[in-house]
Amino acid sequence: MNDLIEYIRSYLGNTTQTPGAAGNFFWVTVYILLVFVGLSVAVIAMNWLERKILAHMQVRLGPMRVGPHGLLQPIADALKLLLKEDIIPDGADKLVFWIAPFIVVLAAFTVFVVVPFGPTSAITDMNIGILFMLGVSSLSVLGIVTAGWASNSHYPLIGALRSSAQMVSYEVAMGLAVVSAILMTSLGDHGTLSMIGIVEAQKADGIWFLFKFFPLGLTAFTIFAIAMVAETNRAPFDLPEAESELTAGFHTEYSGFRWSLFFLAEYSAMIAVSSIAVTLWLGGWLRPFPNALSGPVWDQVFSLIPGLTFLFLAILCFYNTARMPKHPLFKIQTMGLAGFGALLALIGLVMLAPGVREHIQNVFWFSAKVAAFMYLYIWYRGTFPRYRFDQLMKVGWKVLLPVGLGLLILTAIVGMRTELLADIRQGAWRP
Amino acid sequence: MNPQLASNPPVATPFFFYLLAAVMIIGGILVITRKNAVHSALALITTLLAQAGLYLMLYAPFVAGVQIILYAGGIMVLFLFVIMLISIERNMKERQFNKQWLIGIVAAAALGGLFIAVYTTTAKGVLFPKGRVSYVEGGNTQGVASLLFDMHAGTYMFSFEIASLLLLVAIIGAVVMAKKRI
Repeated sequence: MNDLIEYIRSYLGNTTQTPGAAGNFFWVTVYILLVFVGLSVAVIAMNWLERKILAHMQVRLGPMRVGPHGLLQPIADALKLLLKEDIIPDGADKLVFWIAPFIVVLAAFTVFVVVPFGPTSAITDMNIGILFMLGVSSLSVLGIVTAGWASNSHYPLIGALRSSAQMVSYEVAMGLAVVSAILMTSLGDHGTLSMIGIVEAQKADGIWFLFKFFPLGLTAFTIFAIAMVAETNRAPFDLPEAESELTAGFHTEYSGFRWSLFFLAEYSAMIAVSSIAVTLWLGGWLRPFPNALSGPVWDQVFSLIPGLTFLFLAILCFYNTARMPKHPLFKIQTMGLAGFGALLALIGLVMLAPGVREHIQNVFWFSAKVAAFMYLYIWYRGTFPRYRFDQLMKVGWKVLLPVGLGLLILTAIVGMRTELLADIRQGAWRP
Repeated sequence: MNPQLASNPPVATPFFFYLLAAVMIIGGILVITRKNAVHSALALITTLLAQAGLYLMLYAPFVAGVQIILYAGGIMVLFLFVIMLISIERNMKERQFNKQWLIGIVAAAALGGLFIAVYTTTAKGVLFPKGRVSYVEGGNTQGVASLLFDMHAGTYMFSFEIASLLLLVAIIGAVVMAKKRI
């Protein structure tokens, strides 16, 4: 028993390694559970936010009935999905039909093993982090293809074929953009594929890769930002599940729990690719201006922001509680909203506590950046009309791919020039 | 033993090795025994993923990552893509014919003999070094890169370029054959 406690404690003093790198099973398990729970909560929140934000963009109210401002709607939806009859079509290939959603979910969740929420707040730090993320997330196309085929139905098969063609094409452009970002880490002797290493390189360079070699980093980021929307089958590239053409695409025949697995996988894949983008170009867990506004005072100021954000949200909640209709029918709703506000205020106060705020801020900045991407996803869906299939292929192969290749070469040339200039300045270079 | 391994030794290595090996063997058997081509392809993907796990155990994470991206993620998806477009129902009804028993037995015997030979000589330390050679996990990517591209130590640069030229020829050939009018 004492050994066990000692084993658990042994990692606590470790401030330089992730639990995976330190090889501590207990904390690895704890981190995996935390990431899993956090991810599930994020997916639930995203579900509500997407419906709400889309509704407001279209001047509607969105879900309003279940809970105050529809806050409990995702939970009601989840319950409905779990209680629904689970239908397997008669002509389906039962085994493959059964496996397909699990492949998609496994691929979408496994990538979070290497996502760096902070210098030590990751499950593990793999030497091939970014390669692992790209590889495992590319396995999800397998699940989609098998789901479409196993349904033994026309719409799913067409959806699956579209989806695999789309994902395979955009993976190429995505890979090229990622390679040019990795190339930027390799300048100045800290070349690495590890997700944590890439953020550390941005810290050492004192610049986010988004702004490095302007406009090369920005262009690479743009290519990635376009490719990642296509990669996750979201609007305006949602051809695989185009409602108006294919009913629901590859998951037409799925219902109940299995369908909810696809839903879960889609949203966690969105979060996963957003975290790749944040890690590679937006400085990962680094707070804004870590070099320009450095020093203990600024550190203090920025460490207050997470807690204050939550307090601000709580105040918004209380303001809306006061604005709720005074009719007796709204009594429970008003109390619910006040309770939600109190919960947010409590989280905010905990985050402001001196011992906590230093530890929580990395995770906060990372999540905030990812959240910005999630908002963009919803915004795209509310704004852009769907691409036609030939337009999609044209953008992927004739625009993104050549631009990505040219970008890679340019980044290499500019990088070599910088290295050479640095060498000449130090007098280390001889012709 | 390098310092990284000494501070953090690998755990349950035999367990993971036998697990991955069992998955690979079962997957391999399923590939050749399933009548449904899609099931075979899925079994092959499982085998390739287990093989990526074995590469990880050999401290070659880069090779494992490339294995997942290229084989499991890229090539097998295309395989599956093609298989799914053929009518599986008709294939299932067709009698499977395969009159290559003799060659099969000879090849299997030769491979088995090779395995036995390797196993017996390894115990003496003739073919392979005795015991486990440990490499730095972090050095794999850099090691592969310097073998391929380094100006002085790059032994395989020429063969790498030849291989990429071959692939380029294959790509151009595919385009020429697929397109009616260029």
